[in-house]
Amino acid sequence: MNTTARIWDREQECLSRDALESLQLERLQHTLQRVYQHVPCYQNKFKTIGLQPQDIRQLGDLKHLPFTTKEDLRLNYPYGMFAVPMRDVVRIHSSSGTTGKPTVVGYTRNDIRVWSQLVARFMTAAGVTNDDIVHIAFGYGLFTGAFGLHYGSEEIGASVIPISSGNTDKQIMIMQDYRSTALVCTPSYALTLADRMEKIGVSPDSLALRVGLFGGEPWTEEMRREIEQRLGLLATDNYGLSEVMGPGVAGECQYQCGMHIFEDHFIAEIIDPESGEVLPAGAEGELVLTSITKEAFPIIRYRTRDITRLDYTTCACGRTHVRMLKTYGRSDDMLIIKGVNVFPTQIEEVLFQVEGCEPHYQLVVDRVGNLDTLEVQVEVNESIFFDEMKKQREFVDLLQKRLLSTLGVGAKVKLVEPSSITRHEGKAQRVIDRRKEKS
Amino acid sequence: MKVEQISIFIENKSGRLAEVTQTLGESGVNIRALSLADTSDFGILRLIVDKTDVAKLALKERGFTVSKTEVVAVEVPDRPAGLAGILQILDAGQVNVEYMYAFVERCGGNAVIIFRFDDAETAIKVLTQNNVHVLEGERVYTL
Repeated sequence: MNTTARIWDREQECLSRDALESLQLERLQHTLQRVYQHVPCYQNKFKTIGLQPQDIRQLGDLKHLPFTTKEDLRLNYPYGMFAVPMRDVVRIHSSSGTTGKPTVVGYTRNDIRVWSQLVARFMTAAGVTNDDIVHIAFGYGLFTGAFGLHYGSEEIGASVIPISSGNTDKQIMIMQDYRSTALVCTPSYALTLADRMEKIGVSPDSLALRVGLFGGEPWTEEMRREIEQRLGLLATDNYGLSEVMGPGVAGECQYQCGMHIFEDHFIAEIIDPESGEVLPAGAEGELVLTSITKEAFPIIRYRTRDITRLDYTTCACGRTHVRMLKTYGRSDDMLIIKGVNVFPTQIEEVLFQVEGCEPHYQLVVDRVGNLDTLEVQVEVNESIFFDEMKKQREFVDLLQKRLLSTLGVGAKVKLVEPSSITRHEGKAQRVIDRRKEKS
Repeated sequence: MKVEQISIFIENKSGRLAEVTQTLGESGVNIRALSLADTSDFGILRLIVDKTDVAKLALKERGFTVSKTEVVAVEVPDRPAGLAGILQILDAGQVNVEYMYAFVERCGGNAVIIFRFDDAETAIKVLTQNNVHVLEGERVYTL
């Protein structure tokens, strides 16, 4: 075992708790001053509860500050949350805006520098060095994923292949010919690559891949094992969201026991999603993040909607920063099936991945005896209807296999006729939980 | 040399098959041959009809998922080992049969079997080389 694992910024990543907390407080106070002066939304929120930035005297006072939600960002669309004039902004990124207006974030030159550093940290923690050839299969565009990993790789001195997303066959050819050693994409795309390789007869042994940096969507340990086995690499997890910075908020070290949150740049809290109360260390709840070094787009107590737990125990890698456990999705729509947290978004992703389009679907959760059951009803359309029964069955089997690996719990897939799922105001009702009717 | 067939996705619940046939009847479409493959949840109904496009449109309007595929209609001698001989020819030509079903009407003294092959072109070539009669679509719809 490598006992002298590489740490990108040993001084900052291994700070003692005391030193870390005093640094956090100093940076927090500075950030609060700035947002109070420059962002009307924050000033109004603070004034409403009669609070001045200087009232925050210790880290424990953070809990008195109001939360920031996605709704706040939408109300201040596009640039209302920026804390610097546009002439200081060198980059704009934005979220997809599938449910309303997108959210827009900005970066100063220094923000980009910090971002590159933080991505370099988790890439180093995953084992990437300047000898690596990094294959970035995230889409380059408004999303933060590709650029973040791109900057981090260059910071480390690795060779970047900015292939972007799509064209799976070409991706495989380039991985073979250019000898890519590190793969960057979503976990579900990693499986798409594995499926395709299997189909066209490319063995993972013919590739040079040794590490994968996967993020951008929730994934399970089962999925990690499947990816590792089928692509022959070490699959590592990292976490970030564009509202807070993008990738580089947290990342796994070689011990794979949670993702270290870079606490010299972000303060993490866990709250009860219902009451908003801060929960004690180690409790499961919603992750709330505050940025303490960002210039263009500082964010105070942002409700990520991601459910996780924080682990403050010492990590064998030597980093002192707290670890967040894998997040499996958003707090608002979580289902618990056989004790496993399941999110409709995970099922959506599987459907999307297997079909390349998103059909209408519905989840029916029931209890038979003492066992929970999950049925995924999928409306058939021409792109997933095969004239041959063998192919139709294979399609159902593939969906079931992929659902099991993604969710960590088995689901039965039932194909139904078009328009048979009831729609409410044009949108399908996604979940029917019959356990509620029975209890 | 190929014949058009329509396939319909049918959920395994009462009345669905009746709805399909009802719809076709109202559109003046006559069913010439059919086969149903089913599982406990759903079935795939395959039809040869006299007016393929009319049938497809009418079913889609009723909300069914319909696809059009090309199959091959082969004349099979109506005697013991008649079908076996044809399957041997196909096997020797390395063509796989995905599924097959019989046609209601006869053509001359011969039975007619509908085949779905993995490679229809090769199948037709192999069959005609061996003097097996493959029927034209127009002939099949009006048998």
